[in-house]
Amino acid sequence: MTRAHPWMATSAPSAKQEMLSALGLSTVDSLFSQIPDDHLYGKPFDLPPQLASEVVLSRHLDDLMRRNVTCRDSLCFLGAGAWPHYVPAICDEVANRYEWQTSVFGSPTSDHGRNQAWFEFCSQIGALVEMDFVGLPVYSWGCAAGHAVRMASRMTGRRRVLIPAVMDPERLSVLRNYCEPREMARHIEIVEVAVGPDGCIDRADLAAKLDHTVAALYFETPGYHGVIEGDPGALCAMARKVGAEAITGVDPLSLGLLEAPGAYGATIAVGPTQPLGVHMNAGGGVGGFIASPDTVRYATEYNTLNISIGETVQAGEYGFGLTLFHQSSYGSREEGKDWTGNSVYLWALANAAYMSAMGPEGFAEIGRLIMARCRHAAEAIDGIKGCSVDLSRPVFKEFVVHFETARVAEVNAGLRAKGIFGGKDVSKEPGTDGQAALFCVTEAHTEGDIATLVTALKEVLA
Amino acid sequence: MTASIAHRSKAQFAGVHAARWAEPVVMEMTYPGRRGVVFDDAPAPALPEGAMRKAAPVLPEMTEHDALRHYLHLSQMTLGMMGVSLFGTCTMKYNPRLGERAALQHLSHIHPLQHPDTLQGILELYANFNDFLCEVSGMDQFVFQAGGGADAAYTHACVTRAYHAARGELAQRDQIITTIQTHPCSPATANAAGFEVITLSLEEGGYPSLEQLKSVIGPRTAALMVNNPDDMGIYNPDIKEWVRLVHEAGGLCFYDHANFNGVMTRLRARELGFDACMYMLHKTFGAPKGGGGPAVGAYGCAEHLVPFLPSPLVVRDGERFTLDDDRPQSIGKVREFWGNAPQVLKAYVWARAMGAEGLREAADISVLANNYMDLRLGQVRGVSRSNPDVTAPRMEMTRHSVDQVTQDTGCTVVDISNRMTDFGIDALWLSHEPWLVAEPFTPEAGELWSREDIDYWIDVLEHVVTEAYETPELVKSAPHNAPIHQLKGADMADPDTWATTWRAYRRKHADRLAAE
Repeated sequence: MTRAHPWMATSAPSAKQEMLSALGLSTVDSLFSQIPDDHLYGKPFDLPPQLASEVVLSRHLDDLMRRNVTCRDSLCFLGAGAWPHYVPAICDEVANRYEWQTSVFGSPTSDHGRNQAWFEFCSQIGALVEMDFVGLPVYSWGCAAGHAVRMASRMTGRRRVLIPAVMDPERLSVLRNYCEPREMARHIEIVEVAVGPDGCIDRADLAAKLDHTVAALYFETPGYHGVIEGDPGALCAMARKVGAEAITGVDPLSLGLLEAPGAYGATIAVGPTQPLGVHMNAGGGVGGFIASPDTVRYATEYNTLNISIGETVQAGEYGFGLTLFHQSSYGSREEGKDWTGNSVYLWALANAAYMSAMGPEGFAEIGRLIMARCRHAAEAIDGIKGCSVDLSRPVFKEFVVHFETARVAEVNAGLRAKGIFGGKDVSKEPGTDGQAALFCVTEAHTEGDIATLVTALKEVLA
Repeated sequence: MTASIAHRSKAQFAGVHAARWAEPVVMEMTYPGRRGVVFDDAPAPALPEGAMRKAAPVLPEMTEHDALRHYLHLSQMTLGMMGVSLFGTCTMKYNPRLGERAALQHLSHIHPLQHPDTLQGILELYANFNDFLCEVSGMDQFVFQAGGGADAAYTHACVTRAYHAARGELAQRDQIITTIQTHPCSPATANAAGFEVITLSLEEGGYPSLEQLKSVIGPRTAALMVNNPDDMGIYNPDIKEWVRLVHEAGGLCFYDHANFNGVMTRLRARELGFDACMYMLHKTFGAPKGGGGPAVGAYGCAEHLVPFLPSPLVVRDGERFTLDDDRPQSIGKVREFWGNAPQVLKAYVWARAMGAEGLREAADISVLANNYMDLRLGQVRGVSRSNPDVTAPRMEMTRHSVDQVTQDTGCTVVDISNRMTDFGIDALWLSHEPWLVAEPFTPEAGELWSREDIDYWIDVLEHVVTEAYETPELVKSAPHNAPIHQLKGADMADPDTWATTWRAYRRKHADRLAAE
């Protein structure tokens, strides 16, 4: 290259020459002498032209991205694993700090601030779920559920997990990959428990399937279709009675209003972190947490990196460092618990800022608001000819709309033409009957938005 | 130029001190009734008693400004790349701000389940970047679903299961072979996927011999998972023969390209015979590390493995792009949706700004810079290089040791690393477990850092080693200019005192806290 590249200091021609001269070389080629000649790829690369100029590259991105229609251009009622929540401005400011973005492993002293923020993420999740042990986040809710099930299997020595028959297929697919196929020696069998007409776990079916071969019951409240379990504690008690772990998947945004898993007897809680101040990012905003009691039985089964508060040599000062590192894959390779690696730790910092700004009242308020908006939307849609919503179900954030005659794909195409992203098509999925869509309504939707949706639905269905 | 280097070193030696805010844990920063964010209020819904929360969560009550200020203070007490970070195996690069801005502007408000007609821009970017990586690797298809390098290794373990299951051989093929110098995520994910792990040890030349490999492959071999060059900067010249032998036995070969930086544009995984490979976009391709993600392990494979890849795949149909979910042999999902799109965009930004000539330049510079470091580090008292018998120049990083310094002074590599942070040098990367070299450290200069930065880094090491010989207590008690002092550590390893949450801390330390 004849001109230095802005991201490479040594690409300044004389800088490279200086380094070569220090080594007594005129070219770099001899530095690659370890690679046998027949390993080298001799052909030119067919790659698009270099765009070293930021102004040109920025324009290129603008031109490409203009071909998207975002949830700012349109009104979004999609949820199902990524939700259009409001992200407070301070969360973006916190997550975009260059110090945090560029930090890597570091140390408890040099990266003290980041480690403290990690601890505050775990502490605030712990406060929401009322559990004492929280690991650093994993890739997603589905991955958190997968690790939790594997923890349960290791703790109980059992290889069967019960899950609700109505579960997000996206999340279930992840869970299946974590449970290993039948050919593998440590295969964990996934058994579905029926979901009743009320959208809740069918107690009789659960009782029939729970026995001393079950490692864990995994259920969600609110569930995939937004339904709130009326008595999650009873489900947990049934699982615990046969020595199984009671794993609940919860939406942290519901926990100002809904009972904490730790309070009703869940033994492991998992859930998504994207609702806590992270943008949807085309799905790149997802993350997951794992929490449990702080006993050796649970703590020693975490695959995550874990951060503990601890004393420094200076009296009265504390810092934050890794604990139980040896049980991670970094510490013990294949002897470690599952595996860990880069995860979504930067999002944990946005989550921490979000939870501190929210406080207990913020969580209670947003919970009430989401339920009220959701109820309002469900009632309004149920009133449209050709649509029905089961209003007897208490739901949080999401609900199923059945269409009597219209096909969801056509309804959504019609809505899209009017600048609305309709609910996810769940027509072929368990727990629905005929044409159905899962709509999501959050604190970010105004009453006006709901009115716009209702008007558009009426027109599309007319 | 020499003068300015000296000037810079001198100034930094005299003046570096981290921010120190003595910031309380956020849970303590509470005042009843304060609010950081409010919403329109709504009446309490009717809920069954068993579903209602009884006690409000014990979260801090603080103003928006206090929350912001607190986290900015914490960010200021994070060194990151504000000083010099030559953190080996992680390829510390500039994280272009253009990518950050563009990701925030263009991708924040996109839902992954939107109709593909509304995703044409990001899907085209995925398709373009897929083509870029295919050309660089020789593979036929990439996916970006894996949330990090380890997740891509897990993807490979799942693809391996599906491939052998489709051939009716999964029950038979229950072993995955790796080497002790391959990243821990390969054996760990292989084990988590249900395979038995066989780990080859290093021999003469710094890599396992062909004979050792031959002694373990056979009808039970499912796959080989390996990196090359390794973290000591040693390239296994037999790798093509390794791949041939594993294929002959019926196994798949996965190339963990964690250490791609030094070999970019010089070799392609496919031409070496590999069936699949993985690039970490948050390392080699300029996306930020974020202290541990969000990250992307871009997993690419040859045609025969494409049917098994996680879904969906981005499909180019002329000018139009779709997401293909209808793939019956697919392993399904390793993570929800289709990847950390912002990180893919940032990696695309980096790749386009570099182009083919930039990739070659970056590879050249990273190997050149490492060999320059080797030269200077060889002159530092008590510092030695792993595998002294390997005299050929190392690739983009080299494992070194301060064992002699430790033996002479009692100062360990951790002490030295702590002391170096007093001068604005980010904590050193030592080595993955197990340590094959005593008191190891593994710097990697990459293409970002200037000779001035590298010289300063080595000047600091030299200075600290001198301190170790002259005033070892100063080094052992380091850091002195950091936001906090050294952790005691023992309390964080004891179940009675460790605490990963404030609740646990309050409970376990209740007696002491009450006394205070």
